[in-house]
Amino acid sequence: MLFNFATALVFLIFGGLFVLLNLGISRILQARNPHPVKISTYECGELPEGESWIQFNIRFYVVALVFLIFEVEIIFLFPWALVFKDLGLFAFVEMMIFVFILLVGLAYVWAKGDLDWDKPQSVPAPELSQSYEQKEVTETVDS
Amino acid sequence: MVEGIGIVLLKLAFVLLFVLNFGGLLTWVERKQSALMQDRIGANRASIFGIRLIGLFHTIADAVKMFTKESFRPVAAEKFLFTIGPGISVFFALVGFAVIPFGDVLIIGGKEINLQLAPLNIGVLYLFAVAGMAVYGVVLGAWASKNNFALLGGLRASAQMISYEVALGVTIIGSLMIYQTVELQEIVRWQGGTLWGWLPKWGVLMQPVGFILFLTVGIAQSKRVPFDAPEGESEIIGYFLEYSGMGFGMYMLTDFVETVMISAITVTLFLGGWQVPYLMADGFHFPWGATWQLENWAVALLQVGSFTLKVMFFLWLQMTIRWTLPRFRYDQIMRLGWKYILPISLVNILITGLIITLLK
Amino acid sequence: MIPILFFFFAAVAIASGIMMIVHRNPIYCALFLILTLFAVAGLYVLLNAPFIAAVHIIVYAGAIMVLFLFVIMLLDLKSETSRQRPGGLPRILSIIMSGVLLAELVLFLRSGTANLPLVEGDLIIGSTKEIGNLLFTEYLFPFEITSVLLLSSIIGSVILARLKLK
Repeated sequence: MLFNFATALVFLIFGGLFVLLNLGISRILQARNPHPVKISTYECGELPEGESWIQFNIRFYVVALVFLIFEVEIIFLFPWALVFKDLGLFAFVEMMIFVFILLVGLAYVWAKGDLDWDKPQSVPAPELSQSYEQKEVTETVDS
Repeated sequence: MVEGIGIVLLKLAFVLLFVLNFGGLLTWVERKQSALMQDRIGANRASIFGIRLIGLFHTIADAVKMFTKESFRPVAAEKFLFTIGPGISVFFALVGFAVIPFGDVLIIGGKEINLQLAPLNIGVLYLFAVAGMAVYGVVLGAWASKNNFALLGGLRASAQMISYEVALGVTIIGSLMIYQTVELQEIVRWQGGTLWGWLPKWGVLMQPVGFILFLTVGIAQSKRVPFDAPEGESEIIGYFLEYSGMGFGMYMLTDFVETVMISAITVTLFLGGWQVPYLMADGFHFPWGATWQLENWAVALLQVGSFTLKVMFFLWLQMTIRWTLPRFRYDQIMRLGWKYILPISLVNILITGLIITLLK
Repeated sequence: MIPILFFFFAAVAIASGIMMIVHRNPIYCALFLILTLFAVAGLYVLLNAPFIAAVHIIVYAGAIMVLFLFVIMLLDLKSETSRQRPGGLPRILSIIMSGVLLAELVLFLRSGTANLPLVEGDLIIGSTKEIGNLLFTEYLFPFEITSVLLLSSIIGSVILARLKLK
């Protein structure tokens, strides 16, 4: 069995070598022509202002928390899936209780709105015909 | 021992070539298929001595471009992490293939060779762990860029990936309950038999809901259209905003390798892996009683061919989806993962468990 | 071969553990912690416990460390922040806690694991199936308690997160 894991380890090493080789070769081959404007932070043509590591929405953090709990639950589901057939109805019911208790957690987070992300607000459309006509008028004046 | 190591290295070379060739080829498929679907000609200019081969040389041209193009780094960026971010991404996309079975047993000179690189007894868990690591390439690259847009894209990407990782784990459980094993070679062997003597016992028949959910989650996990809000080029430009040259190329390669990965896992779990209908270890046994004896090497060849064909089918399917559907909004993506797929797959587990318990 | 791998993984674990403590940038600290976790997972595999190794990577490296990274980014910790040393009570408390940990470690090494007999051969107790069997027969009650624990942690953490928001 350990031989198989050693094989996987060798594959990991070769995968890492492949990545390093690619980065190394491109470093040798690539053109190198830095320019202060070129290597400035991209900001749609503007000069970047202030700190770029902004504080972000706490929602990302909440999602990561919920994810962590459910990841642990899945870990328990894996061994259960392999043995529940042999252990019969009892193990099945036990797991259903386990899942149900965790579903209560999901329902709580769901009800509290932590799984909701900002939807685009629907803005009342401007009256198209009017603005269109106005635009046409100004255009004719311009020309 | 020396022989064993030689065989391992040969298999390793085969797996790497298989994956990277498909990954490279997908750059061409992506362009050519989109062109066909949109009634254009598509990539056809790259030529070697006037031979164009319907644009296939573009894969080589792409590679040459990635290697030689200047990959400049913003002065503000965190040097080390910025450089290795894309590498981490490719690495974890690549290493999952260690446990994918490409065929059954090939016998050469009395030696049995398992056509799977590493038959780990935690197979599916290994894949799950590797899939979970994919977050780091994205989030580190985004953070090291020191750019607002990149950071926002990276956060969106990682929140999406971890959300769908939960869904991924739960959708797999349903089929594992049927196979009763996590080793992928055994999962494929389980799918070898027939139902009622004629219908191949593939996972898709046992777990139709699980199959559709898994494919959806897989595409979402690889952040490709219609789930590509994290890299939405028209809105926030995404986590690889500051990357150029090889760095960008590696993020792109990650995308394609993950596409191959999802196809390979879907085929292994649900489409019988390397199984050919009615093909046993000694040849075909058709349901109407006819048999066709085959040598071991021919059987192995058919199996590897069948696996490759199935993988190609799913690559085609993913590309078709990619060029057909529009991008979902971010709130839609998160809602789909948490509020639809997760509960549905939990119900799927419940129903599967009930049926198995009652049938026993 | 196995001793070589053992010392390799152990060296990586200890070295990256030390780097985690001494590095100034919190993001790098988190990355070194991930490296430590990988090395420990390698040790688990050497101990014939592949399931624990996989779980170790999935939960610790894949989930908890993602949360750590998010927290580091959320709190917007600059590399400067970590240069300030905690003073006063936190400092005294942390010294006491690490002292207790060290004493515990020495105690365990002297009395416990070091004296256990070595088991030879291929054990299968670490496989996924075996763990499932044990979990749903012998350790059923702790398993069910886990779900309640998880439920309380999910609700508690969400409430705390929302308090911070306001």
